[in-house]
Amino acid sequence: MQSQRPTLKMPATPMIAYAHVAKTFDGGNGAERVVAVDDVSLEVAEGEFLAIVGGSGSGKTTLLRLANRLIDADRGTVMVEGEDVRATDPVRLRRRIGYVFQHGGLFPHMSVAANIGITPKLLGTPSYKIAGRVDELLALVRLDRALHRDRLPGELSGGQRQRVGVARALAANPRIVLMDEPFGALDPLTRDALGDDYRALHKKLALTTVMITHDMTEAILLADRIAVMCAGRLLAQGTPAELTTSSEAYVIELLRTPRRQSERLGALLPRDGAA
Amino acid sequence: MSILTDPRWGEAAAHLPDYLGNHVRVSVTALALGLVVSLPLAIAARNHPLSRGALLGLASIVQTVPGLALLALFYPLLLALASLTVGWFGFGFSAFGFLPAVLALALYSMLPVLRNTITGLNGVDPSLVEAAQGVGMTPSQSLFSVELPLALPIIMAGIRTSAVWVIGTATLSTPIGQTSLGNYIFAGLQTQNWVFVLFGCFASAALALVVDQLLALIENGLRGRKRLRAAFGGAGIAALVAATLVPTMARSSSSYIVGAKTFAEQYVLSALIAERLRAAGLSATSREGLGSNVIFDALATNDIDVYVDYSGTLWANQFHHTDIRPREELLGELKTLLAKQHITLFGELGFENAYALVMPKARADKLGIRSIADLATRAPALSIAGDYEFFSRPEWAGLQKAYGLSFRTQRQMQPDFMYAAVASGEVDVIAGYTSDGLIKKYDLVVLDDPKHAMPPYDAIVLLAPKRAGDEKLQAALQPLLGSIGIDAMREANLRASGNDASSSPDAVARWLWEQIGKQ
Repeated sequence: MQSQRPTLKMPATPMIAYAHVAKTFDGGNGAERVVAVDDVSLEVAEGEFLAIVGGSGSGKTTLLRLANRLIDADRGTVMVEGEDVRATDPVRLRRRIGYVFQHGGLFPHMSVAANIGITPKLLGTPSYKIAGRVDELLALVRLDRALHRDRLPGELSGGQRQRVGVARALAANPRIVLMDEPFGALDPLTRDALGDDYRALHKKLALTTVMITHDMTEAILLADRIAVMCAGRLLAQGTPAELTTSSEAYVIELLRTPRRQSERLGALLPRDGAA
Repeated sequence: MSILTDPRWGEAAAHLPDYLGNHVRVSVTALALGLVVSLPLAIAARNHPLSRGALLGLASIVQTVPGLALLALFYPLLLALASLTVGWFGFGFSAFGFLPAVLALALYSMLPVLRNTITGLNGVDPSLVEAAQGVGMTPSQSLFSVELPLALPIIMAGIRTSAVWVIGTATLSTPIGQTSLGNYIFAGLQTQNWVFVLFGCFASAALALVVDQLLALIENGLRGRKRLRAAFGGAGIAALVAATLVPTMARSSSSYIVGAKTFAEQYVLSALIAERLRAAGLSATSREGLGSNVIFDALATNDIDVYVDYSGTLWANQFHHTDIRPREELLGELKTLLAKQHITLFGELGFENAYALVMPKARADKLGIRSIADLATRAPALSIAGDYEFFSRPEWAGLQKAYGLSFRTQRQMQPDFMYAAVASGEVDVIAGYTSDGLIKKYDLVVLDDPKHAMPPYDAIVLLAPKRAGDEKLQAALQPLLGSIGIDAMREANLRASGNDASSSPDAVARWLWEQIGKQ
């Protein structure tokens, strides 16, 4: 799969550009301020699928949220589609960027249809158009319209909820989608299916996607490029192949795990088995 | 007579439209006002720990003030405010009844709403608030379409708690002049009319349950997106309010309002006055169960038109005099003092409701005691009982000084038990009230006070400033002056303390009028 991907050339204006961005948080109760993001510069090209990999507390989620101003940077600049986000209205900015939350972030008191249609509704789209768009999106994320449309999120499985989350993020036709560990809590089969389905959507809709994950295997399988974060700093970025040449021990360690797993799996599973 | 066939149920039911209507009006208004203030405050303060703490602390303090005291405090507060607005803006408002009741109850309703709204909103999963932001909601869109709907069950629970509290506490607004279901309870407790007490309790409990269930219906409808249910609940409350507005609109506003304090004698006298006014072709309504501190101010500000007070009470409590004057002198002085406030001291009814030393007639005869002077020589071997305040009052100090009284023991007692205690010999002497019906019942005797050490407590009729020149009113009340003797009043009070149909204030007032006619 990886070999089929064309190497993307960096266009003149990146979709998202971080330049020397820093962010600290109040440690609470007089403790020292916690450095979440420390002097990070990173660019995401149009049409690119970037995965940000790192452990918990590495600052990856903060970095993602800086892009749609869920958080504002202390220092440095964040540009989205060539525009400094500080100069934009945060509410409008968020309405044109899709966001998929860790556990779906679906509103439990709204039906699936209402959840998916929320951003178009906020944008003032007439309700008959929203209804049509909801049906279209349910088909896109491969959920049965009749079965799921009027359900409440609580009645869905984890995978179905995450599909609705993706549909909601895509509802207002964004060019950029930010995903915060979208598939982290799912069982492996669902996770795999959902990952593949999303990758296909990314390509079909010509999206620019930034996905956070702590799972290097997932990052390698889905992303064009990978950025590795550790303790607020960007350790390395590049295609999986480029990362293998990194001088950072942590990056090499992260890459070793999937490789070892795949070698062991290759040894354990017969090549022309039932699967 | 069976409890179910007691005609007092019918009498109680006849008052229901008036009492219930006023009760619903005052509690719904207070609740609405409380919500209008509490909800925005809670929303504004929810993310600021300091103002949140201050707000909840303040509301908690209000809650610890007993309901009756809170209501009573609002009356002088508004009275002062009303006199300020008259001075500054040239208009006043009535500080009596509805307004202080609504304000105090609204304040009382705030804590559950504030606390539950803040708790409910802060309990919303922060990841959902973030999701609301993430999909592009403004803070107010997030509040109204995500946070408030998710906090709704907790907020509604607070509103329902506060509705039940307010409806219950509203029964305490009777003493500040707001008619409510509390009128049954106050009147019933004072005249030992248990039918009224039960009726009042059941009616307010039923009202609280109905409103609670209507609110539950609204909550259920809002939560389950069942508009019909929410509409039914809303319509129910609207209907309740509308239904209670009808009787008031039909009532004439030009009628005379007769005030009564919170004891049986006052209920009887106000019923008598109201009856006399009606007999003279005037319309009259009673405003009963008013606190002693409220009733005088209510008269002075024309909120009530007429009531009966006692000379010694006004002298000591209203005008803060501690000296004891002879009867005529005190009345004359009082007349001048009242006239300064444009209040007319119309005249005395003919009896006194004073403190007096009382003992069984047989015992007094046996010991040869007729007056307090006689008692003084025997006192060191005798015991005395008084109500909770008597022994700390200036009357007692004056009495001791004048006669050199010194008893073997002195005890404090509930007034109702005092008379039985002296009748049974448990104590030898009590400090009773001269007009109490139990003096007659237990065959007790009031000892003479030859040195006039006890201040006079003549029952006097007071008229509001606006009734100063009202000849019709004065003509109607004239026959009452000087015509109610102490024996008649005692008998009337005894009748009123009975627990049967002929003991209602109206029935006793009719009996009393017959006695006056016989003279």
